[in-house]
This record gives sequence, structure tokens and C-alpha cells, in this order.
Amino acid sequence: MPQNETIAELGLDEYKYGFVTEDKPVFKAVPGLSSDIVRQISRHKEEPEWMLDFRLKALDVYYSKPMPKWGGDLSKLEDTLDQIYFYLKPQDQMERSWDDVPQEIKDTFEKLGIPEAERKALAGVGAQYESEMVYHSLKEQWEEQGVIFESIEDGLAKHPELFRQYFSTVVPTHDNKFAALNSAVWSGGSFVYIPKGVKVEIPLQAYFRVNAERMGQFERTLIICEEGAEAHYIEGCTAPVYSTDSFHSGVIEIVVKKGARFRYTTIQNWSNNMYNLVTQRALVHEDAKMEWLDGNLGSKLTMKYPSCFLVGERAHGEILSIAYAGDGQHQDTGGKVIHAAPNTTSQITSKSISKGLGRSSYRGLCKVYDGAEGAKSNVECDALLLDEQSRTDTYPYIEIDENTASIGHEATVSKVGDEQLFYLMSRGLDEAEAMAMIVRGFIEPVAKELPLEYAIELNRLIELEMEGSVG
Amino acid sequence: MSEPLLSIRGLRAKVEGEDGEILRGVDLDLERGEVHALMGPNGSGKSTLAKVIAGHPAYEVTAGEILFEGEDVLELEPDERSRAGIFLAFQYPAEIPGVSIANFLRTAVNSRLDEGEEMDVFGFQRTLTEKMEMLKMDPGFATRYVNDGFSGGEKKRNEILQMAVLRPALGVLDETDSGLDIDALKVVARGVNRLSEADEALGVLLITHYKRILNYIQPDVVHVMMAGRIAESGGASLADKLEAEGYDWLQQPATV
Ligand SMILES: Nc1ncnc2c1ncn2[C@@H]1O[C@H](COP(=O)(O)OP(=O)(O)O)[C@@H](O)[C@H]1O
Ligand SMILES: [Mg+2]
Repeated sequence: MPQNETIAELGLDEYKYGFVTEDKPVFKAVPGLSSDIVRQISRHKEEPEWMLDFRLKALDVYYSKPMPKWGGDLSKLEDTLDQIYFYLKPQDQMERSWDDVPQEIKDTFEKLGIPEAERKALAGVGAQYESEMVYHSLKEQWEEQGVIFESIEDGLAKHPELFRQYFSTVVPTHDNKFAALNSAVWSGGSFVYIPKGVKVEIPLQAYFRVNAERMGQFERTLIICEEGAEAHYIEGCTAPVYSTDSFHSGVIEIVVKKGARFRYTTIQNWSNNMYNLVTQRALVHEDAKMEWLDGNLGSKLTMKYPSCFLVGERAHGEILSIAYAGDGQHQDTGGKVIHAAPNTTSQITSKSISKGLGRSSYRGLCKVYDGAEGAKSNVECDALLLDEQSRTDTYPYIEIDENTASIGHEATVSKVGDEQLFYLMSRGLDEAEAMAMIVRGFIEPVAKELPLEYAIELNRLIELEMEGSVG
Repeated sequence: MSEPLLSIRGLRAKVEGEDGEILRGVDLDLERGEVHALMGPNGSGKSTLAKVIAGHPAYEVTAGEILFEGEDVLELEPDERSRAGIFLAFQYPAEIPGVSIANFLRTAVNSRLDEGEEMDVFGFQRTLTEKMEMLKMDPGFATRYVNDGFSGGEKKRNEILQMAVLRPALGVLDETDSGLDIDALKVVARGVNRLSEADEALGVLLITHYKRILNYIQPDVVHVMMAGRIAESGGASLADKLEAEGYDWLQQPATV
């Protein structure tokens, strides 16, 4: 249709963030993985001995584990892993003030559309450029409150005991092949500590961006939210397009102590050649509440299942996710909730949109251990198909060892209806606008949980992805 | 003086990809400022005519023409027809979960603006509030998702609200009266009358089963549709006759 032609003419269907700023890394390891590389990384970071040991052991675990046979197609991943750089450090040292940040990095932020106003408005900004934190600032009041919001490297250097006490306790090395890989070569990420009873009002935010060809991104984030504390952490990222397959495998560990509340929000928009395999898990204690809010766009294959291990009585876990699978993309996402204590409750809400040859799968696990009396879990997954070819599937795994538990599961699949399109068009909206409005409505239950600017960003990203999709 | 607001000539239409005509030669002229009632038994093609006027893609026009303000609209997309001034109040409006009425209407109003023209947000809000008051709608209604979980009556009111905000030149109201209790019917009818008063050129094609609504909205012309054709046209008294005698006396004009 004519509309498609104009979009093609304008080049709007090209990946918007596909620019490349000239990168000047200070240190670039050779491609591929080896124990030498791991030693180099550790030496370069001036890590304590125990961390080097930890990394080397993790490397062995990684080698010993087979590639997962479930989820998405990982058959080409081994080749990819031979080609990527496992470590890259763009700058010698951490920047403390914005003025010190090199211009080309600022240009990158500019193109990403992180506005000046946002930097000012948002109190703490940790931005990751390539493998290291480039810019990291924290509002004074938080420091006074005892809140720690550092790069993961600084967390280890400045708070060694605290760090060691929790590191790898939520996601152990042997958890899965990619957690092991991350444990061996991790670099970049955040370290967050919220002291007892402290309520952080403004979300803690970290922007980061993969920006060097064939570079793996192995960010590692460790968050400890002490008793009665409350905070919201937001991570958003976009990646530029490269010809070779790229790889991202992060590990996020969160401890939510008694009566605390924590929310972790991610909006990820990877370029279409990216493997995105992330392990994110929270340990949720008595009367605590954990929420994962997860938006996945782009990538070649995303496998991501935010988890809540509900280990204390009345702990509550919530996972809200949105996935958009465009042509050639596979979003294998969902969530896991493990009920290991009485009267624990959980809610998983998953919304996926598939277009063209895109495929979205919901994969969820709900496990209730014997003795978790009165546990309640509810799963709702809705899939929206934008056309005839797109597909979606659901893999709910439910393991219940406790007969007082109550589990609900509801799944719907809908296609954008001709009657809906006609209705909107009969009010003056053109077809693309009408389609976008239906999709926005579909994700609204999740989007309305986001801070406004993120909700707008999410809608904008989805619209960009959808452009040219009407036919 | 000028051409009719709506002029339908020899219109034939069927469901796209199927045989069997639903509209079998419809002729109808509606002048600016006129209210026409279109009556007829179930399945006679009234809704099909309404949707074909609005450009529903499920139907294929096989012959005839639809002129709106003298322009042939058959080649226009539904959104283009809407922006040109045609409005269809649906018999069965679609549900759009997650999209609020306010947001939807704002987008619809925006779509009518010229490139570079800015919408007057406060003006829009004022209009919306005012029209909702006119239709005795709760102010909270604007934040509800379009038709999602609405009662039959709420859906119909919502259609008229949209018409009031979008201010078309022609309103095709497809059984807006059915499913309304008498109070709601009066409110909706008064709403339509107010729109006619505010815009003397407004044309209305009122599709209905029952004479009831015609007690509140005075038609200039009454048509009866039978098996895809206008079988009879007349003044307001035709509706009384139909009410008293039903459609049998019009039985299927012998196919010539
Ligand atoms: N989209 C459609 N697909 C199949 N049949 C249709 C469709 N639309 C209308 N029809 C048929 O056309 C005839 C007229 O329907 P309709 O226009 O809804 O009548 P009315 O509104 O007068 O009750 C009916 O027999 C109906 O079943
Ligand atoms: Mg009908």
C-alpha cells in the first residue's frame, strides 16, 4: 500500500538507534574466551584474589554445561561466542561529573534521546557505556541516607564485606550456563544498597548501551534492600545495529529483606542480531514485596524469565512483562515464582505482541513447595497477533506440592480485529494510527505501571517497530 | 441550489468474496439539514448500507455510486470519509481495551487538523465535558476504555458523544435507539436535536426498527428498506402506517 512506500522512501523502517559513534577503547581484549582473558579482566579491574578464583571456577562450570535445548534456537551461538570481545574498557577511570564525560559519549546519549532535562530531573544516573560505568552520580540526600548506588566494580572495591556477603547468593554460578558465563567474565552493572527503613522516592536509573562491534555485554547487578526499605530501580537500554551477531548475558541479583518493597524496571530494545539471555532473580523475605517490570523489544532471541523466590511468610512477588516480536525475532519470556513459605502470593502478567514472522513465547514456572500453606498464584498471559503469519505459544509449568495452594492460569490470544480497525478508522484515524492505538491499548495495563516518560518511550519504541507493518 | 448532501444511485453491494447481493439497487437523496428515517425488517440491509457508506472493507460495491457533497466517496478509505464529514454511529460498536474515550477522541480530533496545526487541548477538554453533560454522562466516563464492558445503553450514548465532538456533516445512526430505556432514549434524542440546532446543515440518516424514537426526532422523510432496496418512501406518516400495519403490505416488490 502507498503508505508502506512512503515509509520505505523515508527510510523510517530502519533501526532508529543504528548509529555508531567512534569508539576509543583504552583496553580491548582479543576475541574469544579463555582463562587468560578471565585473568586479564580480573587483573585489569584490580580485583581481590577471591574474585579471580570465583571467575575461574565459573569458567569451568560454563564449559561443563551443555547449551540449553529449550527456549529459542541457540545453534549459531557457539560461533558468535568465538568472535565476541569479552571485555572492553572505554575509559581509564570513572567520571564523577558530567563535564568530564567525553564528547563522543555525550553524543551517544544525545542520539539516544536522553534529554538534558531528564539528567537534571532524575537524581541518580548511572550510565554504562560499553563495559564500564562512565557516568555515575548520586544525589547528596541519598548518600546522607546511607544509600549506595555504585558501579559494580566500585561496589566490590569500596564495600568488600557487604559485597561478598551477598554476591552470587541469589544466582549461583551453576544455576545455568549463561549465569556461569556471566560469573566468569562479568563487567559493568550496578551495586545498590538501601539501608533499613530508608525509602528512596525517586527511581534509581541506569542507562547503558552496547556500542562496540562484536562486544559481549555481561553486566552484573547486585541489589540489597534492607528491612522495611523501599526503592525503584530502572534500567533502559538500546543497542545499535551491527552485522555480526551480538550477545548480551546479564545477571541481576536482588535481596528484598523483611517488609521491604522493591521494583525493578527494564525496557530493553536490542538490535535485531542480538542474543539476549538474562538471569534476573529476587529473593523475597517475610512480608516483603518484589515487582519486576520488564519490557523486551528487538533482539534476535531473548530468553528472560524474571524470578521471585518467595522464601518468607506472606512474601509477594509480581512480574509484569511486555514483549514485542517483530519480523525474525523470537521473544521467549515469562517469569518464575517459587513459593517456599506459607501464605506467599504472586502474580504474573505477560503481554506479547507478534508481527510478521515474529514469534513470542510465554514460558512460566510456578512452583509451590510442600508446607507453603495457603500460597496463591495467578498467571495471566495475553498474546496479540498483528497479522496472519505471526505466532505465539504458551509453556506454563506448574509444580504444586502443597494441596492448600491456589493457582490460577489464564491465557488469551487475540488478533487485531478488522472491526476494531474499521471502528477507529471510521473516526478519522489512518490505518497505521489505528493499529498503533490498538497495540497501545493492549499494553496499557503494564504501561500504566511505568513512570510516564518510560511509558511514552515504550509506546514510541513499539510504534517505531511497527512502522511499515500495516498491509 | 447545490447538490444533495448525500446522493446514492443504484447502489449494489455484497460481502467481499461471496455471491449474493445484500444491497440490490439503493437510491436515496438526503439534503442538507434533513432527517431521514430508514426503517425495514431485520436483515433487509440497513446496517450494510450504513457500513458501505462509511467504507467498511468487508463489502464490495458492484454497481452504483455514493456521492457525498457531490464527490464520489467509493474510492476513499474509511478514515478519509470520516475526515470528509461522514459519521457512522454503529449498531454494534467495537471494544478497544486499554484506550480511554478521552484519548481516543483526542486522537480523532487531531486527525482532522492540518499538518502543523496544533490542537487546543483546553478547548478539547471543554468541548468534551460540555457534550458529556448534554448527554447526561458521568464525567468519569471519559477515562473508561472505549466500549470495554459497557452496557448496551452506554455504548449507544458513547456513539452520540463521539458524533457531538467530531461534528460531522452527515450522521448515520444505526439503531442508536435499540437497547435504550425511555429516559436514555430521550437524552440521546435531545442530544441529536441539539446537534441539528447547532448545525442547521447537519444531515441525519436514522436507521431504526421502531417508531418510538421518531416521536422525539422528527423525520422529514421516512424510507422503508426491503430486501436490499428502498421499497417505499414518504413523510412522517409512513412511520405511523408501518407501526400499525407492519411491513407485510410492502411485501417484496416483485423482482422485475
Ligand atoms: N459481513 C457479512 N457477512 C455475511 N453476511 C452479511 C454480512 N453483513 C450482512 N450480511 C447479511 O446481509 C443481510 C443484511 O444484513 P444487515 O445489513 O445487517 O441487515 P439489517 O441491518 O437491516 O438488519 C443479512 O442477511 C446478513 O446476514
Ligand atoms: Mg442492522
